[in-house]
Amino acid sequence: MPPPTPKGTGSHPGTVYFFGTCLVDLFDPLAGLSAMEILEQRGIRVVFPDSQSCCGQPAYTSGYPAEALKVAAQQVVLFEEDWPIIVPSGSCAGMMKHHWLRLFGKDHPLYDKVQAIAGRIYEFTEFLVKVLDVRLDDRGAPCKIVLHTSCSARREMGVHLTSKALLAQLDKVEVLQQEREAECCGFGGTFSVRQPELSAAMAGDKAQALEATGAELLVSADCGCLSNINGTLAKSGSKFQGQHIATFLKSRLEPKA
Amino acid sequence: MSATPQTSSARANILARLRSKPVPPLPQPTVQVWTSQMGDQPVEVLRQSLKSNLEAAHAEVIQAGPEGWRATLQKVCQDQGIKTLMLPRSLPPTLDIAPWDQGPALSRFDQPMETLKDSLFNQVDAGFTLAECAIADTGTLVLLSSPEQPRSLSLVPPVHICLLDVRRLHTDMPTALAREQWASAMPTNLIFVSGPSKTADIQQTLAYGAHGPKSLIVILVEEDLQ
Amino acid sequence: MSAPQVNSTQPMHFMPGPGFRSRSKEVLDNPFLRQSFRGAMDFLMQKRAAQFPDPANLEALRSQGEAIRKYSLSRLPDLLEQLEANLTRNGIQVHWAENPEQAQDIIAGLMEKAQAPLMVKGKSMVSEEVELNHALIARGMDALESDMGEYIVQLAGERPSHIIMPAIHKTKEEIARLFAEKVPGVDYTDSVDELIQIGRRVLREKFRETKVGLSGVNFAVAETGTLCLVENEGNGRMCTTVPDMHIAITGIEKVVEKLEHVPPLLALLTRSATGQAVTTYFNWISSPRKAHELDGPKEVHLVLVDNGRTQAYAREDFRSTLQCIRCGACMNHCPVYTRIGGLAYGTTYPGPIGKIISPHMLGLEGTGELVTASSLCGACGEVCPVRIPIPELLIDLRARSQSGGPDPFTPQLKGEGSNRKPFMALAFSLWSLLYRSPGLYRLFAWSATRFRALAPRNQGAWTRTRTPLIPAKKSLHELVRERRNQ
Repeated sequence: MPPPTPKGTGSHPGTVYFFGTCLVDLFDPLAGLSAMEILEQRGIRVVFPDSQSCCGQPAYTSGYPAEALKVAAQQVVLFEEDWPIIVPSGSCAGMMKHHWLRLFGKDHPLYDKVQAIAGRIYEFTEFLVKVLDVRLDDRGAPCKIVLHTSCSARREMGVHLTSKALLAQLDKVEVLQQEREAECCGFGGTFSVRQPELSAAMAGDKAQALEATGAELLVSADCGCLSNINGTLAKSGSKFQGQHIATFLKSRLEPKA
Repeated sequence: MSATPQTSSARANILARLRSKPVPPLPQPTVQVWTSQMGDQPVEVLRQSLKSNLEAAHAEVIQAGPEGWRATLQKVCQDQGIKTLMLPRSLPPTLDIAPWDQGPALSRFDQPMETLKDSLFNQVDAGFTLAECAIADTGTLVLLSSPEQPRSLSLVPPVHICLLDVRRLHTDMPTALAREQWASAMPTNLIFVSGPSKTADIQQTLAYGAHGPKSLIVILVEEDLQ
Repeated sequence: MSAPQVNSTQPMHFMPGPGFRSRSKEVLDNPFLRQSFRGAMDFLMQKRAAQFPDPANLEALRSQGEAIRKYSLSRLPDLLEQLEANLTRNGIQVHWAENPEQAQDIIAGLMEKAQAPLMVKGKSMVSEEVELNHALIARGMDALESDMGEYIVQLAGERPSHIIMPAIHKTKEEIARLFAEKVPGVDYTDSVDELIQIGRRVLREKFRETKVGLSGVNFAVAETGTLCLVENEGNGRMCTTVPDMHIAITGIEKVVEKLEHVPPLLALLTRSATGQAVTTYFNWISSPRKAHELDGPKEVHLVLVDNGRTQAYAREDFRSTLQCIRCGACMNHCPVYTRIGGLAYGTTYPGPIGKIISPHMLGLEGTGELVTASSLCGACGEVCPVRIPIPELLIDLRARSQSGGPDPFTPQLKGEGSNRKPFMALAFSLWSLLYRSPGLYRLFAWSATRFRALAPRNQGAWTRTRTPLIPAKKSLHELVRERRNQ
C-alpha cells in the first residue's frame, strides 16, 4: 500500500472521530468497519465514541423535533476534541452539519457546540477526497458498477462529486451511467411507510434504471437508499444488489486473494 | 375608492395582521445581475440579436429597402395577401401613409373600440403600429398605448406589422427601464411583444395564433418615429 | 348577449381530504398517465436547463430574485398601502378580501354592477383558489376560461393539474374527442393547430361580446401603481383590453416596490416555468381607458386576497413561503409530482409549493397528509428561482401538524396538531428514549442482532414491495469493541 499523499486542504489530521449512524450500526456494520479501516490504513487514529447512536434525523424529518433534539443533544457532547467527525452517510452528515443548527436554534445552550461541530463534519468520501486527497491503488478484478448518491448527500454535501472522484481512481472499475441519475430513490425515512405507494413507485423506477445499466454491482454512500433499493430489487427476485461505497473501496484496496 | 364597508374592514384586518409582528425592513436590493452579459454594443450587434431572437420566436424581421419603408410595407402586404390594413388614429406627419393604388385598403383606428369592434375582429387583416423601442437580448418590441395608437391594434387583427427605429434598441430590459424612465409617467398600457401569439397547452406542442396575431412582421428603419 | 354556455359540472371545492393516497395510487397504477407526466416533466426540465447554461449566473440571479422578494415582503404592509394609493390615483379601484367568500362577493357585485351575466377569464390561480367559478354559478352567473389549457380543462369539467400548463394531463386525442363532443359544429381532429384554431374561434366571439374580463397578476408595482401580466397566448391581453370592465385578482404577496425589481423576477419566472427567455407578451396595466383614448376597459379593479397569507407572514419561519412567484419549477422537478400529476393533490396549488402554501389557506387539518408526501429529496429547493427552502418548510409543517399541545409563545397555525397520531407520538417517544440512553441502546442492539432470526418478516408497508430489514449478526458498536479488545 503506497503511503497516502495528503494534499486537499494540506492537513492530515492525526485523529478523527467516527460517527457510525444508526442504520450502519444495526444493518450494515461492515460498511462502518470498512470505512474505519480505510482511514486507519492511512495512518489515522479513528476514535469511535461508544455512547453514539443516531443523529436524530428520523424524528426530525417526521415532524418530531423535540424527540430528535433529545437524541441529537446526546451526540453533540461526544465530540469534545477538535477532530474531524467522519460520517459514512451523506444524509446523516447533512443532518449534523446543516439541520442540527436549525433543530437546536440559537437559544439552545448547546448551540455554540453544534456550530463548532458543523464545521468539522465530513461525509466519508468527502473526507477522503477533500482532506486526505487520497490516491487509490485498485487491486480488484475488472468490474462494472453503477453509483447512486442519496439526495441529501448530493444537494447538501456534494457527495456525488467526491464519490465519483474516488471511483474514477480505480483503474479496473468502470462506472456506468443510469438514467435520471439525480432522481430520488423514494426512501425518505418515514416517507417510505407513510406514503408506501409513492415510495414504492420511485424505488421501482430507480431499481429498474440501475439494473438496466447492466452493472454487476450498485455502490452508494448511503445506507437508507441502499436498504430501500436492495429490498426492492430482492423482492422483485433480482440478484442485482448494492453495497456501501466503503465496503466496496475496502475490497478493491485489498491484495488479490 | 368605492370601498364597501366589508372591504374596508377587510383592509384594516389584513394590514393589522401583517403588522401584528414587526418585520425589520431589509436593505433595498440593487439590480446588478442579468441573464446575458451583452453590455453596450454597436447598433449592428443589437440589431442582429433582436432579429435572431424574434425570428426564433416565429416573427419576421425585414430591413426597409432603399425605396423606404412604405414600399416595404406595401410589399409585405402583397406577399401576405393583406387586403385591409388598419393604421393608428394618427401618425406623425412625416410618417403618414397616403392612400395608395397598389397597397391594401387602409382604415384608421379613429373611433372608440365599441364602434370598431366588428371591423377590428372580423374585417381587418392586419394592424400597423409604431414601436417605442425594443430590447435586443430577448427580441422584444415595446409598444405604448396612447390616444393616437390604441393597444388593440397590436392584438386583435390576425397580422401585426410593426415599424421599429433600430437606433432605439436597448441591450436588455433593465437597461431599457433605466434609460426610458417609464416609471415617472406610466402609459395606460405598456406592452412588451416578443413574437406572434402562441400556446403549447396541448401536449406541449407549439401552435401560433392562439388568441392574438398569428404573425408578427417587424420592419426595421433608421428614422425618427416620434 | 346569448346565455352563457359553460358547463356547471366542475367538481366542487379544492380540499385534499383523506383521499390523497387513493388518488395518487390511481395514477400510479396507470402506466399511460405516468408515461405522459414523465414525458411532459422531462420536456420542461430540459427547457429550463437550456435557459441557464451558466451555473454561476443562475445562482447570482437566484440570489438577486430572493433578495428582491425578501425585501418586498419585509415591507409588505407599507408597499400594499403605497400600491393602493398609486392605483387609486391612476383610477384603478382596489378591493380587499380576507377570505374566498369576500373575494367572491366583491367580484359578483362588480359583475352585477356591470350587468354582466358572464365573465371571460385570463389565467388566474388565485381565482381558482377562491373558487370563483363555482361562486358565480351559484349566483346565476358564469365564467368562461380563455387560456387554452384552462378552456380545455373547463370543457372537460376538470381542474387544472399544473399551475402553468393546466391541461398537461391530457393528450391531444382526448382533447380532440372533447372538442368534437362539446364544441358545436366541430368534427374530430387531432391536429394541434386545428384544435387551437377551434379554441381561438370560439373564444374570440366571447372576448368581443363579454362585458367583464378577469385576469391574475404576476407582479404589482407599488411605486407606479402598475399590474404586470405574463403570457404567451394573448388571451390575457384580450381580457384586459376588450371588455368594459377588467377585474384583476391576486394575492397580497405579489407586490414589489419598484419597476426595476420586475425584470429580474420576470427573467427567473419565464425561464424557470417554461424555459422561455421571455414570453410573447408582458403586459403592464397602469390605468383604465383615459380621456381621448379609444380602447381599453373603462373600469379596472384589483382584488387583493389574503386567504391565509397573513398567517404565513406572521411567523418568520413560514414567511419565505410568500416569496413564491408561481413558476411551477418545483413541481416540474418533483419526483412525486412527476408520478402523480397535479389532480391527485386535491388542492389548487399542487406539487411542492402546494404542500407548503395550502396549509395556510385550508388549514393543516385538511392538508396534513400532503406535507408527508415528500421524500425531502430537495429537488424543489434546488430549482426554486427565489430560493424558498421548501424541504425545510415541509419539515416544519410536519412538526406543526403533529405538535402535541398549543405552544403559548407562538401563534398557532390553522389546524396545528390536528394530525397527531398517538401511536406515532408514542413510537417516537420510545425511539428517543432508546437512542439517548446508551445502556438501553446497547441492550437493544445486542438483542436485535442476537435474535435477528426473529425479526418480523412482515414489516407492514415496507415489506409490501421490499424484503424485510434484518439486523446484522453484530452491531458496529460491538464489532468496534471486539477490535479494541483484540
